[in-house]
Amino acid sequence: MAKLQIIADLTNLRKLLEEETFKPDVARIRLCSGTACTATGTPKVVTALEEEAARRGLTLDVVKTGCQGLCQKGPVMRVEPQGIFYQKVKPDHAKSILAYTVVGGTPFRQSLYREDILSEPIPEMTDVPFYKKQLRIALRNNGVIDPKNIYHYIAVGGYKALEKALGTMTPDQVLSEVDKANLRGRGGAGFPAGKKWKHTKSDKSKVKFVIANGDEGDPGAFMDRSVMEGDPHSLFEGMILCAYAIGAEYGMIYVRHEYPLAVKNLTLAIKQAEDLGLLGKNILGSGLNFTIDIREGAGAFVCGESTALVASIEGERGFPRPRPPRLSERGGGAWGYPSNLNNIETYACVPPIIEKGADWFLGIGTKNSPGTKVFALTGKVVNTGLVEVPMGISLREIIYDIGGGLMNNKKFKAVQTGGPSGGCIPEQHLDLPVDFDSLASVGSMMGSGGMVVMDEDNCMVDVAKYFLSFCQSESCGKCPPCRIGTYQMLEILERITSGKGEQGDIERLEEIGNLIKEGALCGLGNSAPNPVLTTIKYFRQEYEEHIHDKYCHAKACSGLGKFRIEHEECFLCGLCKEACAFDAVKETRDSYFIDQDYCTKCKACYSACPIGAVKVEKQTRRAVKQEVV
Amino acid sequence: MNVEELNVDEKIGNVKEVLTEAQKKRGVLIHAFQSIQKEHNYLPEEVLSSLSKKLNIPLSDVYSTASFYKHFYFKPRGRNVVCVCVGTACHVRGAGKVLKKIEESFGIKEGETTADMAVTLETVGCVGCCGLAPVVTVNEEVVGDLNPKKVDEVITMVEEK
Repeated sequence: MAKLQIIADLTNLRKLLEEETFKPDVARIRLCSGTACTATGTPKVVTALEEEAARRGLTLDVVKTGCQGLCQKGPVMRVEPQGIFYQKVKPDHAKSILAYTVVGGTPFRQSLYREDILSEPIPEMTDVPFYKKQLRIALRNNGVIDPKNIYHYIAVGGYKALEKALGTMTPDQVLSEVDKANLRGRGGAGFPAGKKWKHTKSDKSKVKFVIANGDEGDPGAFMDRSVMEGDPHSLFEGMILCAYAIGAEYGMIYVRHEYPLAVKNLTLAIKQAEDLGLLGKNILGSGLNFTIDIREGAGAFVCGESTALVASIEGERGFPRPRPPRLSERGGGAWGYPSNLNNIETYACVPPIIEKGADWFLGIGTKNSPGTKVFALTGKVVNTGLVEVPMGISLREIIYDIGGGLMNNKKFKAVQTGGPSGGCIPEQHLDLPVDFDSLASVGSMMGSGGMVVMDEDNCMVDVAKYFLSFCQSESCGKCPPCRIGTYQMLEILERITSGKGEQGDIERLEEIGNLIKEGALCGLGNSAPNPVLTTIKYFRQEYEEHIHDKYCHAKACSGLGKFRIEHEECFLCGLCKEACAFDAVKETRDSYFIDQDYCTKCKACYSACPIGAVKVEKQTRRAVKQEVV
Repeated sequence: MNVEELNVDEKIGNVKEVLTEAQKKRGVLIHAFQSIQKEHNYLPEEVLSSLSKKLNIPLSDVYSTASFYKHFYFKPRGRNVVCVCVGTACHVRGAGKVLKKIEESFGIKEGETTADMAVTLETVGCVGCCGLAPVVTVNEEVVGDLNPKKVDEVITMVEEK
């Protein structure tokens, strides 16, 4: 690759690439090679496609793209120019798809997307309900380009914003455009990026850092991973624009260790950008110097907190520290230099803003939260995967229209947003328009965009316990409210879910929760009690049922309720007797029954029964009282 | 990795221009752990003590930093690492049952290694493959959409290795 010396070189290169790459007359398959689809068989499909194409003597352009979003139905792919969308593609199907679609121009029905087994298949990607309501800004190139090829990115208009900024705008203009667009931090808190940039710029220090936070520790969120793996250059472009605006020379991307593919793709992409002269000294002859280094994390959730992340970059234990000094001030950032830290998704949103202008961005989304947000829709919904939607869309639209409703037609119970720091939102708030402020108003938060749907089989106390145990084990241990408080709360929850809850436990949880919220040092601690507090707020009766009736409605907790074998349903397989470690299941000549004196309510028989003949029932108050005595 | 050959300037990257010697040495510490672990599968004491000398950081400090991060191990691990994802999405889709079943079939608990050093069983917060929940990873390979039958397949797959 020859280095691009001036801006015009890049313009010319793009013109050339626009004509050469993605030619409309070549048959092309855009095959998802994200982590999920790779796990379900993309590599085999690629080999099958290439072999078959070679056998037929076809010129076929297989583009291995980043995550296309619909992970549940992977491997997914799109055949062009027909635009036909295929899902769950097996290596055997590859032959037929080539024969039907690439040669014949007609869809191959077996691999088309269907709502359910009886409905008509949907051939076009844009008609699939999962994609219909989506609007892709941060993920604009995911599913379109090969992340390992910088020319693909340039061919679809990549680095155009950089070209515009370096050629026609001053750093101040770039900054004011981002500020005007009111781009709010996509990492969770929603702090306006423009304000942060301004603050970092205002410091007089000669050395400044631009840091991208890719420590996506929230269980249930994977949008940053998709950007890093599927479109690394849009992240770089955002970071370069930021560096230009605030006058920084060094960039740093902090990536979670659990994302090996992201590290690999980023390293390769940095090399390619450096070779083309888009990173390094005197970028495109503008006098701007900017380099990017990668730092790998090592499995600490708290390192997603900005001050802890900086400590980890410096090679220290990842402890957060009190602010001020903020990262953007002298003494606050990496090695004491002012640093601007934003989330991966935030940087990926910057290039389109510069290219199309702040007004375009302001026209999308809601007044106080413009733009789009990527959500990782997971849990008990039919279509799980990554969705990018304009802010202001309702939760119902996301879950039912895009997600396709709940699995097995179960009843919706709650949706958990914002990861372990967020809260559970019940059905009555489903029509809430989603943006930073509205979610906060119901006690939850946007967080990094995890969205876990729960149905009637999920016990809310158990879910709260799960999130709290996550925060408890990830607590760094520096400040007592978080270290001791979450431990105490977890103890109480353990007690409640194992049938030993006491009067006053709910109040104790609330009291400790509020103390942690006020007293903890960092964001992790401040928000750790959120899942418990919101579930108490909206599902108090479930807690009460666990404590007073010793009964778990969802039958998720063990140690609660009364176990009984329904004789009408039992077909005498004897598995329950085998499963019981306490000999509580007794056998008579023609039936099995549970001896309550021996039963420890461990749920072994309940899980062992293949036909659900073991029932867990609510006990009478008197029986509960006797048990407690 | 041979600790003596560790090139601090190269590993720290472009930021070396603005850092002092001590800062650079400190900055490569986590990276060094990762390289050591990649080679030895864990962090052996003697390697850490030579690292401490090389970087001029007290051994206690080296241990303090390494033990903060979950990813670093001080005991040898098995040849195969089975990692059960217990992230939110996997949790609500039954990761607990998957873990229990794997624990029973290898006769080890989470975080332990079988006596013949064949398998280490671990859990992870989230591997970012929530669309396929529940998920386990075997070494670096992700196996998703688990059901009882598939769990058996995973177990035989590991046993065969």
